[in-house]
Amino acid sequence: MSKKILLNSKDIELILHRLACQLIENHNDFSNTVLIGLQPRGSYLANRLSDLLKNKYQVKEIQLGLLDITFYRDDFRRREAPIEATATEIDFLIEGKNVVIIDDVLYSGRSVRAALTAIQSYGRPENIELLVLIDRRFSRHLPIQPDYRGRQVDAINEEKVLVTWNETHKKDAVYIEFK
Amino acid sequence: MSELSVEHLLGIKYLKSTDIDLIFKTADHFKEVINRPIKKVPSLRDITIANLFFENSTRTKLSFELAEKRLSADVINFSAGQSSVKKGETLIDTVNNILAMKVDIVVMRHGNVGAGVFLSNHVDAKIINAGDGTHEHPTQALLDSYSIREKLGSVKGKKVLIIGDILHSRVALSNIFALQLQGAEVKVCGPTTLIPKYITSLGVTLETNLKKALEWCDVANVLRVQHERMDVNYFPSTREYKQLFGINQEILDNLGKKIVIMHPGPINRGVEITSEVADSNESIILDQVENGVAVRMAVIYLLAQQVKR
Repeated sequence: MSKKILLNSKDIELILHRLACQLIENHNDFSNTVLIGLQPRGSYLANRLSDLLKNKYQVKEIQLGLLDITFYRDDFRRREAPIEATATEIDFLIEGKNVVIIDDVLYSGRSVRAALTAIQSYGRPENIELLVLIDRRFSRHLPIQPDYRGRQVDAINEEKVLVTWNETHKKDAVYIEFK
Repeated sequence: MSELSVEHLLGIKYLKSTDIDLIFKTADHFKEVINRPIKKVPSLRDITIANLFFENSTRTKLSFELAEKRLSADVINFSAGQSSVKKGETLIDTVNNILAMKVDIVVMRHGNVGAGVFLSNHVDAKIINAGDGTHEHPTQALLDSYSIREKLGSVKGKKVLIIGDILHSRVALSNIFALQLQGAEVKVCGPTTLIPKYITSLGVTLETNLKKALEWCDVANVLRVQHERMDVNYFPSTREYKQLFGINQEILDNLGKKIVIMHPGPINRGVEITSEVADSNESIILDQVENGVAVRMAVIYLLAQQVKR
């Protein structure tokens, strides 16, 4: 199995800044906007963006929640091994809010579909947008596209896109793995 | 580990401690779910569950039904009082008729010891024991331990006292197994007529003096006096029981420490426990009820994972 680096930590840093600026363009001071990171892997990106917006772009307050979608997945009892749930941490209502769902890699779109269902348990949002670091084109199973994307990748199905974060692997990077 | 080591939940004695850890971890997530504005997840939308209650129950039945509905399962209910059981139908026939309607999981309460095990050997469905006679009531023991873990941080090393009618209590037996599996110390207390003769062979200690027993424990789980299961008089009078084994505020105030009070319900107020104690801050009786739904959701969810498509 070989591995090619797609983005290094410098690239990721630049992308994060660009995504933060794009968010500010659409959401101003974030007074009616909430960021929702999808557990477990989207939460790192969501935390980074939230920190960046607060520290570098002087956004005073950002409501950040983490959403676990295990119980909303459409592959329950259809997978080889069961998935373990992670914690959901949303301590605010999203009724009437602008929601930005954040995940690291957009692949089939099924996680996002599950997230769209899950998020309704917290109220009826005004609208929902999707932000991803990596958008794998040509691999969608559902009609779902991101509103903000870090990088578009034309990986084929046998290849795997791997995102590592400082918090978990001591390094920010995105790799493509070939089987 | 993300899968249970068992195929049915028939009793705590068949579980490993890792199973209990998994159930509790899953229950934590469901406890968050049932505190949301919309308290429902769609996981089990293609699962059908039959609740078969051959013995009366209010709390357990409601709790199971709510847990099932919060997981989006389809639910059918059955109570022996209004069924063909009265016409002489056997248990296997009753259940097979229900399974012919494509049921995946059976939750059963039955008056006979081992009814769940018997059923699991004869029918093709996941069985959850919701109480079999005086034998086991596994989900009650799980929610009791879960509540202790929530209140005190962990169950390991805690001293738990079970007071009252141990002889007729499936809650006591399941609790003893569950607590020991998690590394807690267990003592039982009650009138000697209501304590099984060989109880100490289970590794629990026995104390007939309520005050001494309470001084020893961190948690007191008070059981109901089960008049309906008593064919003879096991103690002279309710008044005497109350004086010797009833818990009141005065006894607790004189302990010099705070202990946690639990009760599986239904409470005989003024017999095994006074209203003052049952409604006090030390009592976690209503937390137990809330946790019951989360724990049952976890058990059903984890067993449903194993249902074949």
